[in-house]
Amino acid sequence: MPIEVLMPALSPTMTEGKLAKWVKKEGDSVKSGDVIAEIETDKATMEVEAVDEGRIGKILVAEGTENVAVNTPIAVLLEEGEDASAIAGGEKPKTAALPSVKGDEAPAASTLPATPASGPAAPPPSDEDKFFEKTVKRTVREALRDAMAEEMRRDEKVFVMGEEVAQYQGAYKVTQNLLQEFGPDRVIDTPITEYGFSGLAVGAGFKGLRPVVEFMTFNFAMQAIDHIINSAAKTLYMSGGQMGCPIVFRGPNGAAARVGAQHSQDYASWYAHCPGLKVVSPYSAADAKGLLKAAIRDPNPVVFLENEILYGQSFDVPESEDFIVPIGRAKIVRAGKDVTITAYSLMVGHALAAAEALAKEGIDAEVIDLRTIRPLDVHTIVESVKKTNRLVSVEEGWPVCGIGSEMAAIAMDHAFDYLDAPVVRVHGVDVPMPYAANLEKLALPQIEHIVAAAKKVLYRG
Amino acid sequence: MAASRSRKAPNDSAAPAEAVTHDELLGYYKEMLLIRRFEEKAGQLYGMGLIGGFCHLYIGQEAVVVGVQAALNPGDTVITSYRDHGHMLACGMDAKGVMAELTGRRGGYSKGKGGSMHMFSREKNFYGGHGIVGGQVPLGTGLAFGHKYLKDNGVCTCYLGDGAVNQGQVYESFNMAALWKLPVVYIIENNKYAMGTSQERASAGELHQRGAAYGIPGHQVNGMDVLDVKAAADEWVDWVRAGNGPVILEMKTYRYRGHSMSDPAKYRTKEEVEKMRTESDPIDRLKKILLERGVATEESLKDIDREVKAVVSESAEFAQQSPEPDPSELYTDVLIEG
Repeated sequence: MPIEVLMPALSPTMTEGKLAKWVKKEGDSVKSGDVIAEIETDKATMEVEAVDEGRIGKILVAEGTENVAVNTPIAVLLEEGEDASAIAGGEKPKTAALPSVKGDEAPAASTLPATPASGPAAPPPSDEDKFFEKTVKRTVREALRDAMAEEMRRDEKVFVMGEEVAQYQGAYKVTQNLLQEFGPDRVIDTPITEYGFSGLAVGAGFKGLRPVVEFMTFNFAMQAIDHIINSAAKTLYMSGGQMGCPIVFRGPNGAAARVGAQHSQDYASWYAHCPGLKVVSPYSAADAKGLLKAAIRDPNPVVFLENEILYGQSFDVPESEDFIVPIGRAKIVRAGKDVTITAYSLMVGHALAAAEALAKEGIDAEVIDLRTIRPLDVHTIVESVKKTNRLVSVEEGWPVCGIGSEMAAIAMDHAFDYLDAPVVRVHGVDVPMPYAANLEKLALPQIEHIVAAAKKVLYRG
Repeated sequence: MAASRSRKAPNDSAAPAEAVTHDELLGYYKEMLLIRRFEEKAGQLYGMGLIGGFCHLYIGQEAVVVGVQAALNPGDTVITSYRDHGHMLACGMDAKGVMAELTGRRGGYSKGKGGSMHMFSREKNFYGGHGIVGGQVPLGTGLAFGHKYLKDNGVCTCYLGDGAVNQGQVYESFNMAALWKLPVVYIIENNKYAMGTSQERASAGELHQRGAAYGIPGHQVNGMDVLDVKAAADEWVDWVRAGNGPVILEMKTYRYRGHSMSDPAKYRTKEEVEKMRTESDPIDRLKKILLERGVATEESLKDIDREVKAVVSESAEFAQQSPEPDPSELYTDVLIEG
């Protein structure tokens, strides 16, 4: 049966083109790969190659013809043994491929699943409170170490890699004694090569291992952000659900003290922007331990943002190894009725201090430790705002497209009718971090800023 | 020392052919032809607007992946860049599923959500399909790390192009692979052009020597000869599997088509392309050997041709009849639940 040769699309945007030249003429034999014509696309002149073997039976579009629409028949190819009468015979030529059979028509936007009308979904359940009956004092540093050690005992596929994590015992001593207990096959010192070892760890995750990657600080993870996002976060989706990557990227995030612009940045909003990642940023030692254990057990990539200043601070931590804090659940760390203050990481301490100061002035603030930045516990935030009718968001990071911007959007989306004042954001100043002690202090949110913001949403001077 | 072992002259395919059985020879022929015909069909469907976006064809390079894959064991892993259709077919992935992914249909390997550059098969140990030039190199090194960690005696074959060799992460990977003696074979598919920039204009020195500073042996292989590729892969995959660390095999090859479908390839002459096609085509070369040695006849090769065409036609038909993904698929596979 004769085969129609169609005007091809030779670029992603081409809809029509000029048939510039016929390289083959009627009667010529062609085989796969032979150039039969040249066409001009919207970008360039391209060659059209034959896919099927045969003889050019008839040219349907003369050379020099402009505006030939894609998929217009431009010639008829005769197969072995056929002659031109096959065309004249009125037999409908088959096209070189079948017409597209589309699936369901694209849906109108309104038919796409949206947030249920009942409001944001409740966070995952947690039994964490019951474990606080028996606690010990632990620093955040020790809690993180204990979490890794417990999970490494539990699952041989868990290993830790990063710069100075083994022999040096951790640049900030978070991995102290792990090498002694688990040996060099599972506690692995890497060269200073963030891009490389992050990609390597993601590959190991694809293979079924459970890597815990320590960045000496998240500032250096910018070298590796391509693999965190393009490889770890997106591959599950790109593979139609086949290729998950259970991996934890952890290390200190945010400003430490006097280390300048390249070493003082909060990446929470950067990573929280990306679907396919979970992002955690705990404050207390208990949450650091419970959430790191959850992160290591999670089948998805988790970005775990710690804080250097918190490493040495002590908190009550449950003794039980079964204590786990589910990712995606915020915690009301101080109940109150007048104003909701959200914060994460080091800023939770500032928010609690601000709440104490506000209490002295008769203002009863509710402080929410977000703990997880993605997925955010929108439910807990909204329920609190419905009660207090006022929201102050606190973060160390920059304001533009920050976590505070997200808090304002959440309040608009889910609690607009409950708001008695516009949301106020407390955040780092919109500049690279300065070195000078006085300037650095000015660049970071302070307790008095939070106090002032709370008073502002309460219209109190 | 292994690095100084002598290699066969690139065009001397007489010796290795004898070490390969007739069935194996016919298998290589069939596999290379399948890739060739599959890619031609993909190009045609692209021309009809049924395949969108970027589509990088493997035509001309078939001998590389077919020869290397023939040297692997079950359980060995494979990872490559975005010029990946040939690798998937050589890994034994179903042509229908690959073509349906190209058309963005639910029968595709990634349910239509990955496209030409992003397909995977855990079952066939194919780990993608990666779109950032060089990105697959640390990932493949990580697969090799996994083989070693799990002590499964596996080897990762990590393919990269002559464009990727100038990415920093490639050397970060070479360093760790050599340092930790990871079982990875880096296969540089040197098709002479990184998109429109020739090797001479982009890369100083010889590509197979790029691991020399790390003590990684490197060899140049005629990538247009499947038997030469197979012989080199046999030797060096074993060497890597024995725990000696990584190796670099630079396959001198050539792509007949542009970098992607929309590339008019003005950076090289028609004569250059024509010369490679007529004098160095890997399929023609093997065909000649098959006929000369009486392994096959013109007629029996035509049977293979028909068989391959049927597989490709079936894949094209499937790829057009498989429905588009259900709209609800938009939201699935972002995270593993539970």
